Amino acid sequence: MMEQHAELEAQIGRWRGYVQRRQAISRADIDELEDHLREQIADRQATGLDDEEAFLVAIKRLGNLDAVSREFAREHSDRLWKQLVLVPEDSGGAGTPPWRELAVVLALAVGAGLAVKVGTMWLDDEAVLARNLGLLVFPFLGAYFAWKRRLTASVAVMLLIPFAALAVVLNVYPFVSGGSTEVLAILHAPVVLWLLAGVAYVGGRWRSDNRRMDFVRFTGELAIYFTLLALGGAVLVGLTFGALSVVGIDLEPVMEDWILPFAVPGALVVAAWLVEAKQNVVENIAPVLTRVFTPLTIVMLLTLLAVFTAAGGLVDVDRELLILMDAILVLVLCLLLYAISARDTLAQPGLFDALQLVLVIAALAVDAAMLTAMLTRIAEFGFSPNKIAALGLNLLLLVHLLRAAWLTVGFLRGQRPFGALERWQTRYLPVYGAWAAVVILAFPPVFGFA
Amino acid sequence: MRIDKDLVAASATPLVLGILMEGDLYGYAIIKRVSELSGGGMQWTDGMLYPLLHRLERLGYVSSSWGTSEAGRRRKHYAITPTGRDALADRQEQWSVVADALRQVWQSAQQPPAAIEGWA
Repeated sequence: MMEQHAELEAQIGRWRGYVQRRQAISRADIDELEDHLREQIADRQATGLDDEEAFLVAIKRLGNLDAVSREFAREHSDRLWKQLVLVPEDSGGAGTPPWRELAVVLALAVGAGLAVKVGTMWLDDEAVLARNLGLLVFPFLGAYFAWKRRLTASVAVMLLIPFAALAVVLNVYPFVSGGSTEVLAILHAPVVLWLLAGVAYVGGRWRSDNRRMDFVRFTGELAIYFTLLALGGAVLVGLTFGALSVVGIDLEPVMEDWILPFAVPGALVVAAWLVEAKQNVVENIAPVLTRVFTPLTIVMLLTLLAVFTAAGGLVDVDRELLILMDAILVLVLCLLLYAISARDTLAQPGLFDALQLVLVIAALAVDAAMLTAMLTRIAEFGFSPNKIAALGLNLLLLVHLLRAAWLTVGFLRGQRPFGALERWQTRYLPVYGAWAAVVILAFPPVFGFA
Repeated sequence: MRIDKDLVAASATPLVLGILMEGDLYGYAIIKRVSELSGGGMQWTDGMLYPLLHRLERLGYVSSSWGTSEAGRRRKHYAITPTGRDALADRQEQWSVVADALRQVWQSAQQPPAAIEGWA
């Protein structure tokens, strides 16, 4: 029996190999399609067709593989998130040659470096420089995406108007030197700029949940690539330092004046390009990283909680600790977002999802402890821009985490699809941008620029 | 008779959900049922069914589980969920409004003279 159908089996094997090359179609999907194909073949054989004919009919009925693959890609954009345009409609055009993209990236990286260098030369006041640093680098990252995604004029205008408004506000507001509203504006400006970069990254399709998730993935991978570049750069610079100090040359001034202003913004642009070009490498690391760091972060949060309870609460802790804890919570949130973005939407709930719930609940407990501490401080010492900014951020985090916990419970119980949890994350993201904008725009005038 | 592509696409979701209301099924069986129900009039591109099923699963309208076929192959079965039932009920209402409107318009198109004479 098997011998008779050897040729048919070989044909099905070849078909499998051919379909496997499509990135949008996973192995499980191929199993599903193969089952379909074999059923169809069996039915055709029952009507009297021979193996060859039955196979041809079954393949034809399955449809054009390009079209089917494109449909899979549309549904499972996470498998192909690197290609924002998904599968090109016609594979005839070869696209831009690789060397041209590299040239554009290098030019933009040098440009970003130059902008920062010129900024450090012209803007003597350190606070003024800090306010403008993001504004100096953003255009080059934005330009890369604008070039890569061929942004339409309307999207470009949509990006330029908030960018210009931000630049004006940051430079026209009469900040009191060293005041906390200035520090808050410096801290919140990158958040707004990063979300603007996100609009450029998704090619203006910021309303789409899937595209927003792509941007979350991009942000996570960018952080990894940037860290790798920074580590490599640090080793290189350290060795050069050592070698030159032996012969009595001090590299320190060159480092501050030339290497850092060019290397850091340049590395950011190059990292963005690397994420675009080399996702496959990191794609396999992302789930591993989140699986390693989720349990570790849970341990960290629980330790912190235990220490605080033992110390009798957070009531009379100093400001520094509250700010540090805010940073930790934001980091936990980033980890959560990244873990969600790296997960296969259709996978059944498992142990790791339960772990994620534990992480969210631990973060909620920390957030609640911080909120009580803050409210007590506000009741005791009154309002200040710092406290309101921190309180606002903590409330945003609280809402975000509460709903995430609720949806995760629903997912673990099988009452909700994982997509609901994903959508909550992507829909909530702009809220942070809006809050950052409020802190930059409204806080200084409200608090007298102090 | 060939059914228009857009019409096939529009009716795919309620058809699949409706078929799953009859009981759990796997992809090939769903396609066969569609063909049966339409007297062979609706021919889907078989491969397109799976992205659709996966979309319905992501939306929470259907759930899936892997089993084995009689021949011992891996086979994915789909079942409708309570959310899917709600979605289907909603679609059903929409379609009956459309079908009703169409029926009325066909009827009046068949007998236009009577009404016009009254005005002449």
